[in-house]
Amino acid sequence: MIVALAGGTLPPDDVVVAALRTGDEAAFAALLDAWSRGMLRLARAYVSTDDSAQEVVQDAWLAVVEGIDGFEGRSSLKTWVHRILINTAKKRGVRENRAIPWSSAFERRGEPSDGSSRPSRSPGEDGVPPGPWKDFSALWPTPEDEALASEVRGQIATALAGLPDRQRIVITLRDVEGCTSEEVCEILDISAANQRVLLHRARAWVRGRIEVYFETVGRPA
Amino acid sequence: MKRFTHNRDKAVNAVKRFRCAEVVELVTAYLEDALDEPARLGMEQHLACCRECDRRLDQFRAVIGVLGALPSEDGLRGDVRDRLMSAFRDRRHRRP
Repeated sequence: MIVALAGGTLPPDDVVVAALRTGDEAAFAALLDAWSRGMLRLARAYVSTDDSAQEVVQDAWLAVVEGIDGFEGRSSLKTWVHRILINTAKKRGVRENRAIPWSSAFERRGEPSDGSSRPSRSPGEDGVPPGPWKDFSALWPTPEDEALASEVRGQIATALAGLPDRQRIVITLRDVEGCTSEEVCEILDISAANQRVLLHRARAWVRGRIEVYFETVGRPA
Repeated sequence: MKRFTHNRDKAVNAVKRFRCAEVVELVTAYLEDALDEPARLGMEQHLACCRECDRRLDQFRAVIGVLGALPSEDGLRGDVRDRLMSAFRDRRHRRP
């Protein structure tokens, strides 16, 4: 039994893998609880319903249980588990006609342009845009401003939902789930440059939506 | 260019000189530390004298911060979690 697993932070891969191989239920439960939410969010980008996402994550974990003896440690355990998830989700997505073509990730069709580079308004005299983003640091969630924090989170969730699949998957892995760029490249089998382009477009889109939001509500600086 | 007027006495030509539109496209590469040295220096020089781009960089950082703090969605359904735990137990029994 691995006591440290209950604390939130996972022990090193070799410890976790050894525990799984010996049938340590607490270790498996800790992994399920640590990664399943992120896996569900990711699976949801490939399939059309929450129930399908639950099934995808279930099938991925079943494959992990079956395959853990064969895990060779050539990637991190997290990367390995997420690759299994992506493969499972892709197969399911194909069945649902929601296949996502990663090989054409540079193709621009149907993707929102970089909202930050649109000449949507003219800057003020000194090059500073007028309006609510004037003192940007004051706009973000602080404990005494929870209502605003909640609104901003809602706006960001909406912005994420409006992204093309591949951009949403990359920004979800990187910025929401906290994966490194190396992990994302390995999980999705894309190049570092490709990953960066998708991430940048996604971030620019979200930033642009938030800017529009603050312009609309006219929050004073 | 208007935005460089604050910096007219500095040697802005010593490194690559970026326009705002170029800086916008390089924000993520800059944050990932994926720029080569001349590009990074050019970026920093531009940011030092262009309030708009500097603010946009802060906005990117703030957006990234909020993304990382989004509340979790619902986790595994109870029945799915139970099924997985029992599959894990079964596996152990199959391979004592």
